[in-house]
Amino acid sequence: MPSHRVKRRAAIRFLPRPLHDTGRRLAMAVCAVGSAVALGSAHATLTDVTLDNGLRVIVKEDHRAPVMVSQVWYRAGAVDEFNGTTGVAHVLEHMMFKGTKTVPAGEFSKRIAAAGGRENAFTSRDHTAYFQQMQKDRLPLALALEADRMANLVISDELFAKELQVVMEERRLRTDDQAQSVVYERLMATAYQTHPYRRPIIGWMDDLANMTAQDARDWYARWYAPNNATLVVAGDVQASDVVELAKTHFGALPARALPERKPQAEPEQLGEKRMVVRAPAKLPYLLMAWHAPRLKDWQQDTAPYALQILAGVLSGNDSARLQKSLVKTRQIAVNASAGYDAVSRGPGMFMIDATPAQGQSVAVLEKAIREEIARVQREGIGADELARVKAQVIAGEVYQRDSLFYQAMQLGDYVTAGQPPEALAGRVDKLRAVTAEEVRAAAREWLRDDRLSLAELDPQPLDAQPRRAAVPGVRHVN
Amino acid sequence: MPGPNRSARWGCGVRQDDARQSAQGPLKRFVLLLFLCLPLAAEAAVVIQQWQTPEGARVYFVESRELPMLDVAVSFPAGSARDPAAKSGLARLTHGVLDQGAGGLSETAIAHRLADVGAVLSGSFDRDRAAVSLRTLSSAREKNQALDLLTRVLQRPGFPAGVVKREKQRLIAAIREAEADPGTVVDKAFYRALYGAHPYARDEAGEPDAIARFTRADLEAFHRTHYTAANAVIALIGDVDRGEAEAIAARLAAGLPRGAALAPLAAPVAPAAGEIRIAHPAAQSHVRIGALGTTRADPDFFALFVGNYVLGGGGFDSRLLKEVRDKRGYAYSAYSYFLPMAVAGPFQIGLQTQGAQTADALAVARDTLRQFVADGPSDDELAQAKANLTGGFPLRIDSNRKILEYLSMIGFYGLALDYLDTWVDRINAVDVAAVKAAFARRIDPERMVTVVVGGEGAR
Repeated sequence: MPSHRVKRRAAIRFLPRPLHDTGRRLAMAVCAVGSAVALGSAHATLTDVTLDNGLRVIVKEDHRAPVMVSQVWYRAGAVDEFNGTTGVAHVLEHMMFKGTKTVPAGEFSKRIAAAGGRENAFTSRDHTAYFQQMQKDRLPLALALEADRMANLVISDELFAKELQVVMEERRLRTDDQAQSVVYERLMATAYQTHPYRRPIIGWMDDLANMTAQDARDWYARWYAPNNATLVVAGDVQASDVVELAKTHFGALPARALPERKPQAEPEQLGEKRMVVRAPAKLPYLLMAWHAPRLKDWQQDTAPYALQILAGVLSGNDSARLQKSLVKTRQIAVNASAGYDAVSRGPGMFMIDATPAQGQSVAVLEKAIREEIARVQREGIGADELARVKAQVIAGEVYQRDSLFYQAMQLGDYVTAGQPPEALAGRVDKLRAVTAEEVRAAAREWLRDDRLSLAELDPQPLDAQPRRAAVPGVRHVN
Repeated sequence: MPGPNRSARWGCGVRQDDARQSAQGPLKRFVLLLFLCLPLAAEAAVVIQQWQTPEGARVYFVESRELPMLDVAVSFPAGSARDPAAKSGLARLTHGVLDQGAGGLSETAIAHRLADVGAVLSGSFDRDRAAVSLRTLSSAREKNQALDLLTRVLQRPGFPAGVVKREKQRLIAAIREAEADPGTVVDKAFYRALYGAHPYARDEAGEPDAIARFTRADLEAFHRTHYTAANAVIALIGDVDRGEAEAIAARLAAGLPRGAALAPLAAPVAPAAGEIRIAHPAAQSHVRIGALGTTRADPDFFALFVGNYVLGGGGFDSRLLKEVRDKRGYAYSAYSYFLPMAVAGPFQIGLQTQGAQTADALAVARDTLRQFVADGPSDDELAQAKANLTGGFPLRIDSNRKILEYLSMIGFYGLALDYLDTWVDRINAVDVAAVKAAFARRIDPERMVTVVVGGEGAR
């Protein structure tokens, strides 16, 4: 049965998922470790150079199929936004398809499509990225178009106004009409008191309703420069050719001074926070989030690796601790899972979510989850459990090589978070080195009540009357 | 399971694409396309080996030595269309419980032994097909242990009474949770309206009242009659040779239940046109417009597939996304597709828009469809569609996972072994007249089924 993953900092995208994927496929077992413990690759050689204008170019050769993926990552995401213009990173991402001085609106997509390409873009807390998947010999087209829109974007008032409506529909679709998404959004806004991670990537509806084309232009002027970008190319290419092509297309773009980025460190939480979200839904839901470290020094740090292993021990297989105890044995939950991301620009969270079984309360579930955590803190984990998670990590490192896109994705993710590619390459070894005692120590140190924020979904009836606007201040725009 | 877990997954939609067809018409060719595509046929070829086990299981194998891993998928005609009368949900539940105790091992032992060797057991389930897939390292210890577990799960699922009781409750909970999701509500209502008394009308997950009554014996009986060797399609790709692939397939098939292959499904009857409105407190209305579409074996399939790229399958190349999103900002997503199935699957248009805008968006979608069916694509639009589809073909087969899905599809729907080899040619063979004729045969814009779920207030 599916393990129901904690909804974490999922990126949002320009285009919907593949249209024919009806999204209702029922999966049996999902390898949770695949996402809780993303994997590096030490196998392929990597080229990592920085051009004179500051553009970083990373190439991973992989000659299995005559295709490539090209991604341009900007180190500008929701974390860089200000109050009042939340969501602007993502709105700008949409506007990047709306034309430049020489490539009219819609032409970017049309030319990529004509060359057999697939393209999309995504915005996350830490970055905004644009990609094309194409036959290997079409890289020059992708780079020419990306270089053009890095410098020459035109944002017209008219197209901006239209696209803003699209983004507001996207918000309604992904967040406002999905009770568990609302829970996640509201809990993050509470768990982080000052750090910008408290803001949703898609932006608050009122900020979207009041956003102007000038906000998007300002954002573009501030962050879209070669010295704030990384080009990642993976596939059936020669690294030296890619570097030359990058110079040809991006080399003439001037570096620009970037604004200073303040750390905005989150102050230490001084006590547990609890909240209730009331929204139309059929089942209750519980989401717990503890402040946790992010990976800083990939060679010296231990806790981020230990917490990844802990997530695997708690929910990395269909009979891991949370599933076995809460879902199968005690049958107080229909789903339960744990998740943790070590690699990010800002402070991390260790999360657990669960849906109570029929007739069970969120309170009972919370108590049971706390007991499981206390058990790890008290007794540690078994050698068999540790070995199991490590076996999954090692195998996953092979499996991920089946996806070119994922390999490029990981590189971009690490690099924009400030980690060197070596951190990705060294990841498996670091995870293999984690001891049971380190896992227990990490659980004791980080999964403390003072660091915890907890949200409960209190389901409201789906009566036929439209409820109040999910977000106060939403305008009706038509 | 319907849930919030529909996060980023790229990958091509093998399901929508393609069906067998034999378009032999004159090739309307574009010099540029031919130039670009010819070298690919050689470079991107997939060599499929095919045979049958003594018990009648059909095997499709691709040897691929680059990565030290093996993927296996076993498919059966055991999707929700095979639910017995009054037992809606039995196919889904049976599939979901297969790995929850089997071959003398508890569910915990199975999950732990899989994880111990880093293997991943997963499943897929739809109206036609239930499949179980295994991904494992190809090193001997890992591979043998993983295949042993797959074999037990397929051949000797235990369906322990306690597990069945629990999984019934979980399935019912998932169905209930999804009732709050307007996208799920509209999909269910759309299939009900489109298929009436046909088995495709039923939801894949089933009906809670029926599920509550299932017994262990129901699951055993369903497994015995549907998960048989004669019904099985075994797909393999990875780091093994032909001899070993044969041994693996033989072992998987030998212990499956014996029994005749199932009879084909009856063809659905076209529904009366009409519009259904379902109130829902969501901010957006979810709209579906559709009709009976096509099958995997339809000779028109490629014309429909290429034509639909222009109508609503080709992202920003498509008219629906241009009209609904680009020009008017009505929706984030607006699309159309044919889902080819064993018997006529749906053709559908979908979009979501804020409640007060529903009528306007609906009118735009209907006009777009009407105009497309009347006039067909322009020459330029068709050229663009073909350029994208043929030029993007190598991306459809650039990973073991994608090829595995093609092997399963080719086997399950009985497509020709040269399906992938001829795919580009078949796309290139489609012309404007073929698209117009194929749409005219199936899609009458004045006789569509429309379902709208959502509020109508000013939101």
